[in-house]
Amino acid sequence: MGLFDKFYRLVADQRVLVDSGIDPFNVVIERLISATEAIVNGRHTILAGTNNYLGLTFDPQCIEAAKKAVQDQGTGTTGSRMANGTYAGHAALEHEFADFFGYRSAIVFSTGYLANLGMLSVLAGRGDTLLVDAHCHASIYDGCRMGSAEIIRFRHNNVIDLEKRLQRLGKKTANTMILVEGIYSMLGDRAPLADIVTLKQKYGAYLLVDEAHSLGVLGEHGRGLLEEAGVGDSMDFIIGTFSKSLGATGGFCVSNHPELDLIRYASRPYIFTASPAPPVIASTRTALKILETHPELRRRLWRNARHLYQGLDDMGFSLGPEISPIVAIRLPSAKQALVLWSNLLDRGVYVNLALPPATPDSASLVRCSVSAAHTQEQIDYICKVFSDLRESSLALDAQSTAVDSPLDVTSVS
Amino acid sequence: MSQYEDILAQIYLVLQQLARDKQKINETTDLVADLGLDSMGVMELLPAIEDCFDISIPLNILPDVRTVKDLALQVQQLMVES
Repeated sequence: MGLFDKFYRLVADQRVLVDSGIDPFNVVIERLISATEAIVNGRHTILAGTNNYLGLTFDPQCIEAAKKAVQDQGTGTTGSRMANGTYAGHAALEHEFADFFGYRSAIVFSTGYLANLGMLSVLAGRGDTLLVDAHCHASIYDGCRMGSAEIIRFRHNNVIDLEKRLQRLGKKTANTMILVEGIYSMLGDRAPLADIVTLKQKYGAYLLVDEAHSLGVLGEHGRGLLEEAGVGDSMDFIIGTFSKSLGATGGFCVSNHPELDLIRYASRPYIFTASPAPPVIASTRTALKILETHPELRRRLWRNARHLYQGLDDMGFSLGPEISPIVAIRLPSAKQALVLWSNLLDRGVYVNLALPPATPDSASLVRCSVSAAHTQEQIDYICKVFSDLRESSLALDAQSTAVDSPLDVTSVS
Repeated sequence: MSQYEDILAQIYLVLQQLARDKQKINETTDLVADLGLDSMGVMELLPAIEDCFDISIPLNILPDVRTVKDLALQVQQLMVES
């Protein structure tokens, strides 16, 4: 027995990919051209899998703010806020997030992943219970596992199952937090948030919503599903990320509970991580203003989302349950998903390949994410390539075993 | 039939539907090694077991569950607590 024995299965899986000449998890973006275009494998490629929902990564105002921040404050903070101090920009962005949602206060984290780790690892402790939607992101599950609360999964978007579990908890609901997402990252469907708020109130539980994929995407002002569902003031905690619609890297949590400030003293993912660099904070502050004041970006995003979803639906692809900027195509096998993904890239369309166990219900998915920055012509081209490849991708023998084993990276722990 | 045996019998029924081939399942059957359930397979098994006994099984107990007997004992414990 050796230290690396547990990796052997991964090595075998990786070899299958390498032997097939396709490695979907190591695509090199050789040169970026814009928010929606890059050079990949020497080829001009449309980016349709980067969660860049509002296309703000190349926004001139955001770039200018980032450049100025680098010039004025340097390239990085070289440490955590506990050790090196809070930069004025960190504090300002926290106030702006709180104001944006109309809540008391906010904490900024260095990534969205760390926001979930930082909050969940300390929010619920021994004797507390976390009720987690089955489709929640790995960062939510990892954050839960860092704490010592009981973790109970409920069936995805199933309020009947959720209520059953709240009933089973009896008086323990006062120490229970429900965890859901605004838009789920793999299939693009929304949580039934208004119904979940009703349950939270009925049973006296807490509610945390992760708006990672819905911030800037849903609601008149882009506040996410909580705004669209009309329950904006009913959350206990709102988690979000800078790395999607805000076009940078970072995360945050917003809350009306005054205890949020105490999290700073207890949260190891907050205390022991270098704080976000000045250009990141500066571009994010600018992006947040643009996100709130430019609803036309959301209109363009949704026009593009409808365009792609409708186009693929008309071709007979099996899609996620509702129209959304995340358009997931279910394939009958991992091999078919891999081949379709690879052929799309060869034709200059970059999307995501998502295989079990990272997918709900062990589905093999080719996942697109649409941007407000996509042009109609780009969406037309993506549709055309899917149409050209449809027959060949579905004609593959689903039972063929060139790639039939899911890449179970969760087994390495 | 004792409560434990009753729990076992119901778990057998659920597992038979998931088992590959017509595998013989007993108390010592290993969910991963014998039934081929990977981490996600075990997660998919849980809701069926939870419905069966009207309990919620915390994910925290999963590292301690390897065999059918481990699962039955955990279910029994959770039924006592509920």
